[in-house]
Amino acid sequence: MITPPSSTPFSYVLGLADDALVSAQRMGWWISRAPQLEEDLALANIGLDQLGQARNLLTYAGELEGAGRSEDDLAYLRDDRDFRNVWLVERPQTDFGVAMARLLVFSAWQAELYAALALGEDPTLAAIAGKAVKEVAYHLDHARRWVVRLGDGTEESHARMQVALEAEWPYVEELFGPVDGAVVDPVALRDAVLTTVESVLAEATLVVPQVAPARGGGRRGLHTEDLGYLLAEMQHLHRSHPGATW
Amino acid sequence: MSTRDWPLWEVFVRSRRGLSHVHVGSLHAPDAEMALRNARDVYTRRQEGVSLWVVPSAEIVASEAGQREEFFDPAADKIYRHPTFYEIPEGVEHL
Repeated sequence: MITPPSSTPFSYVLGLADDALVSAQRMGWWISRAPQLEEDLALANIGLDQLGQARNLLTYAGELEGAGRSEDDLAYLRDDRDFRNVWLVERPQTDFGVAMARLLVFSAWQAELYAALALGEDPTLAAIAGKAVKEVAYHLDHARRWVVRLGDGTEESHARMQVALEAEWPYVEELFGPVDGAVVDPVALRDAVLTTVESVLAEATLVVPQVAPARGGGRRGLHTEDLGYLLAEMQHLHRSHPGATW
Repeated sequence: MSTRDWPLWEVFVRSRRGLSHVHVGSLHAPDAEMALRNARDVYTRRQEGVSLWVVPSAEIVASEAGQREEFFDPAADKIYRHPTFYEIPEGVEHL
């Protein structure tokens, strides 16, 4: 069977791949630092799920580009201006409340995105998304339970969860920004994602923040300073020892 | 509340349909819901199971080491209780 050439743009798939890759790298920071061993493994599992999604998406992006770049070439040999991820995932998340607030938003968005891609017209993206949709359902469940537990917990946990939410909220809107050639229109996901997130916040007795959106620009290669440091750490080994395996 | 205050739970995994749940270890969690999720993340990340039980360790009634002889030794010389005199039909794996 000959598959007709896909009309899906390289840049669109790259954006989704970079979201998953950068989020996985940030999640990895928690390994050995989570509040307890069980959570340490849970966050590592989530990060590895995202890394798996990133690998599939990067490989496919490389095929679409047609320049012979592998998943490793794309992950390790691009500079920050060539990354297309949203700002939500690239900033440090060294506060547990921030990590859970971010995971709630990100996984609620990925859940809608992958569900739509799984039914979409690009068969490769549909296959990748069809596998990922189950993983993301668990990520969303994990984030939801922590946000509710902390939000509807003690006075202190409630206050800290609200602060964490305020810190992440400016970066929500960028997820829904228009993208050229998008297989699933980001704008169309907005209502469903916000409905999911806001129902969790209500259960957690948290207030939906009223804050101005951040400038964003990740889909155009404009990033915060933080991404450069993340990439330096992530890419260092591969760049110093090209092709290293272990 | 530190992790040390969290109760201990025993974890049982059923590796596939038709088999029993088998004890695989324990973990700390503040409540049952969390214990179940922690068990998923700690004990089934390499496809070990299709079903999970978590049980509060405090709820388990265990035989005491000091009673081992009176509990278990009397069975030692009752070889006729073993079904070793039967031939197991071919294809029966878990009898």
